[in-house]
Amino acid sequence: MNTPQITGLLKQKVQEWYDQRMENIIAQLLRAGVMLAALVVIAGAVLYLGAHPRAGVSYRTFHGQQPELRTVHGIVHSAFSGQAQGIMQLGLLLLIATPIVRVVFSVFAFAIERDRMYVAFTLVVLSVLLYSLFGSFLIA
Amino acid sequence: MGPAALVRVPSPMESAVLTLDGSRFPRRTCSSECNLESGRSNREQNSAVTRPLPVAHYGLNVLEFTFLVWTGSLAAGFLGALTGLGGGVVLVPLLTIFFHVDLRYAIGASLVSVIATSSGSAAAYVKEGFSNIRIGMFLEIATTLGALLGAFLTAHVPASAIAVIFGLMLIYSAYVARRTRPRTETPEPPDSLATRLKMNGSFPDTSGIREYNVYRVPAGFGIMFGAGALSGLLGIGSGALKVVAMDQAMKIPFKVSTTTSNFMIGVTAAASAGVYLSRGYIDPTLAMPVMLGVLIGSLMGTRVLVRTKTKSLRLVFSAVIVLLGIEMLLKGLTGKI
Repeated sequence: MNTPQITGLLKQKVQEWYDQRMENIIAQLLRAGVMLAALVVIAGAVLYLGAHPRAGVSYRTFHGQQPELRTVHGIVHSAFSGQAQGIMQLGLLLLIATPIVRVVFSVFAFAIERDRMYVAFTLVVLSVLLYSLFGSFLIA
Repeated sequence: MGPAALVRVPSPMESAVLTLDGSRFPRRTCSSECNLESGRSNREQNSAVTRPLPVAHYGLNVLEFTFLVWTGSLAAGFLGALTGLGGGVVLVPLLTIFFHVDLRYAIGASLVSVIATSSGSAAAYVKEGFSNIRIGMFLEIATTLGALLGAFLTAHVPASAIAVIFGLMLIYSAYVARRTRPRTETPEPPDSLATRLKMNGSFPDTSGIREYNVYRVPAGFGIMFGAGALSGLLGIGSGALKVVAMDQAMKIPFKVSTTTSNFMIGVTAAASAGVYLSRGYIDPTLAMPVMLGVLIGSLMGTRVLVRTKTKSLRLVFSAVIVLLGIEMLLKGLTGKI
């Protein structure tokens, strides 16, 4: 092996070590996020099931979720006013946010590695995610 | 909380009035007296002037329904993790065929649970050191854009067509999982595009560290866009197709493909989740038992996985998937969904 090959291999090793560390941190973060989301959903579920356990249910026909549970703002508002469905939906929103947080974290991690190309790729992914969560109701 | 809930639940009479009014849709949850009204509401439904009343069609109350859906989701998550076939893929048929849930609510609940399994099991996968974050992140550009397209399509494609696509997807994923394909390793020179994208890597193997190169990036990118679109359209993780793109097209080692796929599934699903949310597909009262069931089931499944031989179980679960696929296909073709 000549010198450029060796430096290339070395670079790859350093990159992998970095990636592995980054992945570990992200994984812990994700697990914490999922656990938090699940706890919030459970809290909402206890309220919901306790309020009218014997009511009838049907999901046979679709009429869409009530408007206040369709936007980030509405969900937060509903949850903090103590509505059971709002609290459950907030938990689900936290769950949806976990992969987004992961991507945000990756932007910084790639920036620390000075990997401009991957910072750019990650930002593209992040903007698609943010558009879906905050902008999609514009055309929906 | 108690008074607030009571205020928001209209009495049967109020519901009927509101419905006839056409001013707003009644809520699905209501007090127990609603059950008595079901006969009348079904007749009203046929008159086409009114909307169906939110009442029990199967004689289950909230508590019973939630418990049954939770149990079913737990089993789906457990078997999905244990067999590596993914639990998300059977959730939609489970909800639509056995619980008579509208396809859109089922897709919404399934998608949310897909995020839960992906994020929840990330720690277990990362510890093994197989996943390649660069491959994942680059391909996520394709999957998230595809997912966005798929989620928009869900509103414009008729439910029966979605059911047909779903059926085909189920049968295909069972087929992919059953196939055992010994890949002949022919050393090729590294691909220049993959090298520029810094995708080549290594992973711990039984015989020390194994190096690998990545090939055919554009083909993989294209398949990933399709996988994302299917994920957004059907509310599934489409892990089978993601693995096909990486393992078959890009020649990434199987272990690296499966773990990187798990990492990508959550991000892909989050891209369509926002659209689903704003469309009202995500109903918290349904998604709650589904998400909690699948999450607990899949965490249990990954624990057990380490010390069980799953070959026969895999076969049985594949058969279940095929049967559900045929059922979905038929329901879609006959327009019964």
